[in-house]
Amino acid sequence: MICQQCSQKPATLHFTKIINGQKTEFHICESCAREKGEWIPGTSNGFSIHNLLSGLLDFDLSGGDSGTSGTAHANKPQATRCENCGLTYSQFSKLGRFGCDECYSFFGDRLDPLLKRVHGNTVHIGKIPKRGGGRIQRKRELEDLKKQLQLSIMNEEFEQAAKLRDRIRDLEKNPPGAAEHNG
Amino acid sequence: MAGRRFMEQALSDWMRGTGPDSDIVISSRIRVARNLSGLPFPLLATNQQSAEVHTHLTAVVDEPEFAAINHFQKFSLVEMNDTEKQVLVEKHLISPSLANESRNGVVILSDDESISIMINEEDHLRIQCLYPGLQIREAWEQASRIDDVFESHVDYAFDEKRGYLTSCPTNVGTGIRASVMMHLPALVMTQQINRILQAVTQVGLAVRGIYGEGSEAIGNLFQISNQITLGQSETEIIDNLYSVVKQIIEHEKAARELLLTDSRTRLTDRVCRSYGIMKHAAIMDSKEAAQRLSDIRLGSDLNILNHIHSSELNELLVMTQPGFLQHIYNKSLPTDERDVYRARLIRETLSKSKSKS
Repeated sequence: MICQQCSQKPATLHFTKIINGQKTEFHICESCAREKGEWIPGTSNGFSIHNLLSGLLDFDLSGGDSGTSGTAHANKPQATRCENCGLTYSQFSKLGRFGCDECYSFFGDRLDPLLKRVHGNTVHIGKIPKRGGGRIQRKRELEDLKKQLQLSIMNEEFEQAAKLRDRIRDLEKNPPGAAEHNG
Repeated sequence: MAGRRFMEQALSDWMRGTGPDSDIVISSRIRVARNLSGLPFPLLATNQQSAEVHTHLTAVVDEPEFAAINHFQKFSLVEMNDTEKQVLVEKHLISPSLANESRNGVVILSDDESISIMINEEDHLRIQCLYPGLQIREAWEQASRIDDVFESHVDYAFDEKRGYLTSCPTNVGTGIRASVMMHLPALVMTQQINRILQAVTQVGLAVRGIYGEGSEAIGNLFQISNQITLGQSETEIIDNLYSVVKQIIEHEKAARELLLTDSRTRLTDRVCRSYGIMKHAAIMDSKEAAQRLSDIRLGSDLNILNHIHSSELNELLVMTQPGFLQHIYNKSLPTDERDVYRARLIRETLSKSKSKS
């Protein structure tokens, strides 16, 4: 098998990542892995396969809802690691770059001081995608309602929960701007 | 490699046109940063993922809406040699990072080279629009139009609170960088430049030299751009930049007037001396060339020299860069040899322009 990164050397390292049930495999050679080491956790003082593996292991754990990750879920807005791409906050602060769009929500309010320092602001004003904009808003609203629903069930406020459930159903069935709804 | 338009001419077609205030503002540029949702940013993307980005985005360029904007050609970075990459960087059509670090990197150029779309740079998508003179609003309108076409075909990474999500937190929000390249020789000569540039940085704008290292501005060329992308609308960002640039233009004009009334002879001497040296020198390093070109440009703007067109000077500015120079003479040149070829190229170009008048 040839390295996926450089397509030149034989791949000697094989990884399987399972994030939210989505399986991705990658096969790379050692020199490419060393290169990637720059952003793989704990490799600032040289690369080792162990570090690479533990880095991957870490974010597999936080992807599934078992073991130590139980706490990660509870303090999600303050999470120190993006569960989508595996970038930690300290890596982010070293690189000055995010790994994926979800880093923004995982690091959440923690970014406020930084953004405030760079831009003097923390909230976007300006252009919104015409097509995606409405859908994003809807998604946000649904997430919010679902959280509220959980809360009211926990507090045994079943009347309120029923109302929320109906509202969620409505939204899911007849989203505003249904024409662009693509399931 | 045949038919690579961008290699044939140092001067992009868009640069041949003139725009408002083009005696002081060389060009206006808008760069828009966008990412696709659901795929990691290029920094963390696997080969497979960056290839996916490549496929999604290049497909959009084949849509009929694009043909209505301009005629485009795609170029894969892996298929380019080093000289070609360097020429594109020197023409400001791609970033050094796309040239050297990208995986599955692509540049899509309009025929007049006023539009350059980069794929798999620091962000999945970067749209750049260049206009001659002070036309920053026009550049934004064009970029926004292209942005709309992409947006109608792909899902952008967007968050209501943070706006368009980018790999670097300095671009998040609107994702736009608006910049204006200004030639400010009189402000430099009258030593007002530092005071003005300091004021500029205090209103949220950044100043950089062109082609220079760090803050050193070679050839009195300065790039003024917005630093803030979050919490201001695109219009606010552009209006702010526009009004500051307008004020700098007024200061530069006043300084030029002052030089003409107070020290016309000295100014004429400086301009003509530079012109003479450029017409006859046998060795010319890039720094001196840029400085002399600045003198000649000023002389041409003030009608001290009246047979030279600014487009010829813009052309020389690009042609005398190392990449293009090596391309013209079709061989790799060590630095000292480069200076000899550069001098030759300048002599030939300037004597051609004389015969035109």
